[in-house]
Amino acid sequence: MRIEGRGLIDRDRAVNFYFDGHRYQGFEGDTLASALMANGVRMVARSFKYHRPRGVMTAGSEEPNALVTVGLGPAQEPNLRATVVEVSEGLWARSQNRWPTLGLDLLAVNDLFAPFLGAGFYYKTFMWPRAFWERVYEPLIRRAAGLGALSGEPAEDRHERAFAHCDLLVIGGGPAGLMAARAAAEAGADVILAEEDTRLGGRLLAETDEVDGLPGAEWAAEVAAELAAMPNVRVMTRCAVTGVYDQGTYGAFERMAPGVADRPGAPGGCFWRIVARCAVLAAGALERPVTFADNDRPGVMMAGAVRAYVNRWGVAPGRSIVVFGNNDSAHRTVADLQEAGVHVAALVDARSYARSDLDVPFYPGAQVCGTSGRRGLEAVTIATAKGEERIAADCLAVSGGWNPSVHLVCHMGARPVWDAERQAFLPPDGAVPGLRVAGAAAGVFSTRGCLESGLAEGLRALRDLGLEAPDIAAPMAGDQPYDIFPLWQVPGRGRAWLDFQNDVTVKDVELAAAENFRSVEHMKRYTTQGMAPDQGKNSNVSALAVLAEATGQGIAETGTTTFRPPYVSVPIAALGAGGRGKGFAPERLTTSHAETLRRGAPTIEAGLWHRPGYFPRKGEDHWRQSCDREVAMVREAAGICDVSTLGKIDIQGPDAARFLDFVYTNTFSTLKPGRVRYGLMLREDGHVMDDGTCARLGEQHYLMTTTTAAAGQVMRHLEFVHQCLRPDWDLRMVSVTEQWAQFAVAGPKSRDLLNGVLDAPVGDEAFPYMSCGAVSIGGVAGRLFRISFSGEHAYEIAVPARYGAALFAELVEEAEAVGGGAYGMEALNVLRIEKGFITHAEIHGRVTAFDIGMARMVSAGKDCIGKAAAARSGLVDDAREQLVGLRPVGAVRELLAGAHLFDEAAEAVSDNDQGYVTSACYSPTLGHVIGMGFLKHGRARIGERVRAVDHLRGSETICEVQDIVQFDPEGGRLRG
Amino acid sequence: MAELRAETPCAGLVPVRVAGLSLSEVAPGRMTSVAPYRGQERALSAALKSAHGMAWPAPGRMTGREGARAIWFGQRMALLVGPDPDPALAAHAALTDQSDGWAVLRLEGAGAREVLARLTPLDLRERVFEQGHTARSELAHMAASVTRMGGDAWQVMVFRSMTATLVHEVETAMRRVAARGIFP
Repeated sequence: MRIEGRGLIDRDRAVNFYFDGHRYQGFEGDTLASALMANGVRMVARSFKYHRPRGVMTAGSEEPNALVTVGLGPAQEPNLRATVVEVSEGLWARSQNRWPTLGLDLLAVNDLFAPFLGAGFYYKTFMWPRAFWERVYEPLIRRAAGLGALSGEPAEDRHERAFAHCDLLVIGGGPAGLMAARAAAEAGADVILAEEDTRLGGRLLAETDEVDGLPGAEWAAEVAAELAAMPNVRVMTRCAVTGVYDQGTYGAFERMAPGVADRPGAPGGCFWRIVARCAVLAAGALERPVTFADNDRPGVMMAGAVRAYVNRWGVAPGRSIVVFGNNDSAHRTVADLQEAGVHVAALVDARSYARSDLDVPFYPGAQVCGTSGRRGLEAVTIATAKGEERIAADCLAVSGGWNPSVHLVCHMGARPVWDAERQAFLPPDGAVPGLRVAGAAAGVFSTRGCLESGLAEGLRALRDLGLEAPDIAAPMAGDQPYDIFPLWQVPGRGRAWLDFQNDVTVKDVELAAAENFRSVEHMKRYTTQGMAPDQGKNSNVSALAVLAEATGQGIAETGTTTFRPPYVSVPIAALGAGGRGKGFAPERLTTSHAETLRRGAPTIEAGLWHRPGYFPRKGEDHWRQSCDREVAMVREAAGICDVSTLGKIDIQGPDAARFLDFVYTNTFSTLKPGRVRYGLMLREDGHVMDDGTCARLGEQHYLMTTTTAAAGQVMRHLEFVHQCLRPDWDLRMVSVTEQWAQFAVAGPKSRDLLNGVLDAPVGDEAFPYMSCGAVSIGGVAGRLFRISFSGEHAYEIAVPARYGAALFAELVEEAEAVGGGAYGMEALNVLRIEKGFITHAEIHGRVTAFDIGMARMVSAGKDCIGKAAAARSGLVDDAREQLVGLRPVGAVRELLAGAHLFDEAAEAVSDNDQGYVTSACYSPTLGHVIGMGFLKHGRARIGERVRAVDHLRGSETICEVQDIVQFDPEGGRLRG
Repeated sequence: MAELRAETPCAGLVPVRVAGLSLSEVAPGRMTSVAPYRGQERALSAALKSAHGMAWPAPGRMTGREGARAIWFGQRMALLVGPDPDPALAAHAALTDQSDGWAVLRLEGAGAREVLARLTPLDLRERVFEQGHTARSELAHMAASVTRMGGDAWQVMVFRSMTATLVHEVETAMRRVAARGIFP
């Protein structure tokens, strides 16, 4: 029912939209709620628990009833409030929580069982049998009671996240917020004005107040235009500040305007992190209902919302309206309705002393005590001194007073303060550093008061910012006093709703109190009051007032529940924007990556790096075939492997040598330039942190290598040791991991292969095992290290990364010419297990040098990080699990990493646990499966038999304990 | 004897152009991390000045000019970009070649700041992050160096291995910004 000539909608721009499959027409500027109302649709939802018919109740994000699902398929968004969904051409919205349809909802049968479904019903009823809860009861209850749902299909990752910074953040663009923003903007501060609504103005858009002689909405539009034109102001509409965090950080969720969201590449919504030096909270206030019997019928609305629909959207919420309140909001509503030509059947004012000049049946000192109507309101029952009276009406506008929106002020733990005069919780002072509260959020309810309060807080913020106050004054506006008579509930027969979203009634709260859930936090959890999308925005204060009465405490003593972010619901898709799939973490790709893919190698992740698993050749259709071949290639000819991913740290300075002596367990000051040494590094707690080789490139110049996964951790550790423990030592370090592309050239033919590539050949005498030096490849200066992770005669050759791709291709080609080729991580792993070389599968953070058989590497002649802690008696106990080799010797030849070790005859239960398998593989070189693992007293048990049991995968293997080096224990191949 | 062909970090990934925004690769020339030894800052600054014409940069600042710049690069460290480092610097600082370790990109055009605002928590406001200001920070989960080269021109550096991720992230943000039509 449109009212001609009113509202801020664009009547020249009609848009078609769909609700529950029916086509309707609205106008640009309409919300789904206002457009449905204009089309005479009253019932828009079914309630959470009892499936009662529900209609639109409010005109903002606090809406508890009109939750809808918008969109279809993967992009569908559930639980959006029809009161803030903008209509746009083709909008597809559906009601929720009904089956099969909104009109005929079979689950409405729940309403008949209502006497049994009170608070705590589930806890009391579905206790037995216990196992039924998860599998039977809960799914059943969830189906019957609920909200909308996601599609279950993967949706496109369309949201985004962004950061913003400002001097002053103004939260809310009503009269107070506009004044605060204007003052700060004119003073030259960087201002962000965040407004949840689609346009600035706040209540001015919904009322008929004048500001500076202009209609409020026009004044707001003028200020908005002024602000938008200033380069130091950023107006963010459709942007709700959702949370307050430490150090002036605010979270906010921005919805996109329908026209923007449809553009290709546009975000669906944006989660902002705004960092502000100061903030002014001008979030306004929310009107609260009065509780009376059957107060949930479609047609029962908040009085302020009724004015909003009439004044802002030019739509009448009913043909005959009763207005009920305990404050002047009711009178304003009647005046606005009459001015718009809508029939008002009665004005019911709970204040007996109230007066009215309005031409309306007026009932001072009366209360609404009941309603009737099947699918919507048909009549209202009022209780007067003379008795009860029934008045026909299809809409009831209710005002129980206003609750300042103190939510954000309380996000850091503060509690609001009860003010008896205004019957409202007010924001506490200084609850959030840098945040001031203005306007209705601070309990200032007149328009003039809001304008003045906004200006004053804006000026105070400027003082904090050290900026000069501009010369501006608050404009003229109405300054009505706020007169309220406390009224929370009207006694009567039948259920009286407090929390419409969660179907919580007065009786539920009283029951909670009777069952000793007397604390407001307990009551909330027992009854579910104040949960779900609306977080009890229009029910919390009323519910705790009812609780206060039931427990005989005052409202102030009862207090509120804890306010937590987010203020309005934020899609998880927005919080996690960009994080799906590969967006989860950056990919680190080696210079050989393209060639690796060209050769069909599947990649596996090591840290953030993507490394080849194996390089399949024609005829190989199982990874083991490729892996076995690659191992044989390295053992018999030459293999090439990209090892650029290992961390490389360049360390220089007069104290570099003693620094390394301090961080490694063994000694590096004695290492000669041109030589390489294996090093072991402990954490301060004495456990092994990492291992790797370290080359001495010059007298004061070392190059440390770390494992791929621990590169960052080692760098951080070194910085800590230098900056905090030995700041007096003179050395500098920097990562050069990415500067150099480095390739292992391993196998008996590696030297000859290299000599085909290097500008000058290397010989064994000049370049023995564990030496390093500068080389030249086609004129490019590189580095050569004779080190081996395969146990073969091997090198690692490094060139500046720009040449990595070319050198890898060249080396692989040369290797293939001599019967070798590229090898991947699988073969690399087999080669090192055959040799008993450790990785982080073994040094997983809980083992000591003693455990891995390297106790002798902890130099006795010097101190090092972790040495003292590693000497604690518990860390050098022979009974500790020690690293050993394993070899299946029974009928089962399978060995799985992760299996646990038990004595051969013992039962495989945790009490008998003797250790576990860390690495296992098939060794093509030895012709059988081998493994490594930790075993109690391990080193003393070589030759014994143990049982490896993998309970998860159901595998059991008898193993013989071996030395960890199972191939070429003398190392002749390595040095030769 | 091998002949090695050089490849830049961004080969095949850029340029990317969306509306008035562009992302392109910079050929920085030689890049050397310069880390002064204890008490050598003053002497190093003088040596830098006489050899390369720029002073040692204060934290968060860039010195020098096109072709020879020193960009603050972390705790007591700068990146000398452009020239081969004068051997005299080695008396005062650890010099390490980083020419191949970093991808250097330039993001340019109206709205470039808004693109970066989707990727990094840095405060890049006109009056806060001026031309010649630089920072080491997180950018789309990557450790990055961000420098303002001009009004709407920014230099972004990440480890070479992450170039593809960087380009993808920046391009996505460019499309978002362009679609919103944010051009302050």
